[in-house]
Order: sequence, then structure tokens, then C-alpha cells
Amino acid sequence: MRDILPDVERWRERGEKVAIATVVSMAGSAPRGPGAKLAVSESGELSGSVSGGCVEPAVVHSAMQVIKTGKPEMLEFGISEEENFEKIGLACGGTIRVFVQRLDW
Amino acid sequence: MNELYEELKELLKQEKGVALATVVGGGGGDEEHAGANMLVYPNKSARGTLGNAALDALVIEDARQTIWTGQALTRTYSVESETGALAFDVFIEGYPPPPTLIIVGAGHIAIPLTIFAKTLNYRVVIVDARAAFATRERFPLADELIVEWPDEVVEKMDLNPSTSVAVLTHDPKFDEPTLKVVLARNVGYVGAIGSRKTKAERDERLKKQGLTAEQLAQIHGPIGLNIGANNPEETALAIMAEIVARRHGKDAASILNWNKK
Repeated sequence: MRDILPDVERWRERGEKVAIATVVSMAGSAPRGPGAKLAVSESGELSGSVSGGCVEPAVVHSAMQVIKTGKPEMLEFGISEEENFEKIGLACGGTIRVFVQRLDW
Repeated sequence: MNELYEELKELLKQEKGVALATVVGGGGGDEEHAGANMLVYPNKSARGTLGNAALDALVIEDARQTIWTGQALTRTYSVESETGALAFDVFIEGYPPPPTLIIVGAGHIAIPLTIFAKTLNYRVVIVDARAAFATRERFPLADELIVEWPDEVVEKMDLNPSTSVAVLTHDPKFDEPTLKVVLARNVGYVGAIGSRKTKAERDERLKKQGLTAEQLAQIHGPIGLNIGANNPEETALAIMAEIVARRHGKDAASILNWNKK
């Protein structure tokens, strides 16, 4: 949270809505563990990361949706492209779950 | 609007410990619960609710533990309701106050060590009785620079498991009184510079001054991981790596062994 706060504050001062994606669980080894965060602004700016790059595009896509609807989403990124609904594999072969929530709490 | 977020932001700014809990799933498919947030304070009080009083009570207990460990985890809780037991997945994340590194001795190793520690978001306090060493020019990144006798300074400080102490003066008249003060408290890490021979002689002197074998065993010395450091920057890296390893509970055997926690 500390790493993304300055950017989130900047976006909020501009009046933008913000979504925060958080790694909430991890099985096997993954690039970043529980607590890792990616913040996304309404205009598409990013801060932080949940995986070091490999699943970010799908998370950003979800975040844009969440900013619009206000309805949180849970994403799961799995072991390989075949097993993964989003067709995006993790470099290290682990599984992570990412919770995406609009910052309205 | 954004009350909990504003409060969390403020607590982080003030470097206070707090935990955030969020319902991320479950609740019998009741989507109203997903995204509910609660802040938990060290004294077990809370702000906000996860939407169920029994769930709040269970989560507060676990969340309080994470405040000091900084753990982030998802746990499933079962709560009785009129329609039977409901399961909730709750993500809990602890935000401990930032770790502090106290560097005693503002010599050549302290300069790169301050840079490494600041990069890792440690609060850095430099203490040295010698005004020529502990200058702002040498330590632009240090949070505090204190020119006083180190043992007297450290005695007055709030030392806790989030505190690491690196004793680097090479001079027994500074190092030893400081070690005596630090070892009487409960800190996360204490290391002291000096070769194996220096360490053995120092241990002997401290023992005569009443320190126990258990206390002496807490001193990491020679200080730092054995990475072959042969200049101040590498020594600083070795010290910082040892501090991080200690903070994560890694022992010597597990540092190179990926099969061990």
C-alpha cells in the first residue's frame, strides 16, 4: 500500500476514480506474494504491480471494468496458458488470486 | 466517502501499526459482502465492519497478530446464521510501523548502509559522538543524525522487534556500552563489527561485565552474511542482507537452501 499511495493520491486529487488490485493468495511460487498491489486510475495510469508484468494486462482490463461498475472482481491466474481462463501464464508457474476493488471504502 | 482509506493513509503517514481486512469471497453467494472492509488497531478496536458482527470478532483476533508480523493472507471463516453456517473468505493485511535501523558509528560503512536501508524503506538513525563523522553532508538520507554518546542515546529510544541495531564504531569505549543497553531490550537484530578474534575478546569483556551467554549469542559478529565483502559497500550489503534475513526468520542453514522456509 505504501508504494502506491503517492500515485493514488495524485489521481484522487485530479478527481479520478481508482481501482486497487491485490494479490490475496498464492500457491506455488509466484513473482509477487499476497499483499502486492497494482493501482489503476480511471484514465489508465498504473502504479505498483501484482506479478512483475505477466498478468498485468488482464488485471488492468478488469480494473477498468470495476471502476465503471463498482462491483469487485476476483481473478485467478494459473499454472499454464492451457489451464488459465485468461490465457496468460505466470513466469514462475504458480497460481495467484487477485482481488480487484474500486477505492470507495 | 473513503473514510477507511483516509484513516489508513493517515496511520501509515504517522507510522502507526494497523491491519486492513476485506471480504473477498464467500458469504453464501451474497455479493453484498464482497468488498466490505474493516480496519483493526493494536488495541483490538476496529473501524468499519465486514457486514457480520460474529465475523468481525473472529477477524479482529487474527488481524491484530498481523499488525506486527506484516503478514498478508486469506483465511476462510465459518459463521452461524439463520440459514445455517456461512463461509467467508477474508483477506487480512498487517501494516507494521516501518522497520528502524540504528547505526552506531558514522564511518565509511555507515554511508552505503544508510542508502541500502533507505531503499528498503527502513527509518535510519545515525548515532556517533564524533561530530566530524555524523554530518548531514555524509548522510543526506538519514532520518535522524544524533551527535551524542551512543549508549545514552539508545537508552532513551523506543526499541522493539521492528528495530535493528548495527554497531560499527570499532571502538570498545563506544561499542560495548551500547551493546549492553541493546541486549537488555527486545530488538529484532543486533550486529557488531569486528573479526572473529575481536568478537571473542569483546564477548569475554562483556561477560565479565555481567552479560549472559544467551545475550552474547544474540550479537551477530562478524557482522553481515559471508559474501566475501572486501570494501565498505559490499560490507554494507552483507549487513543489510543479514538484517533482512533475520527479519524474515531465516537461519544460516536456510539462506542458500530453497527447500527450507
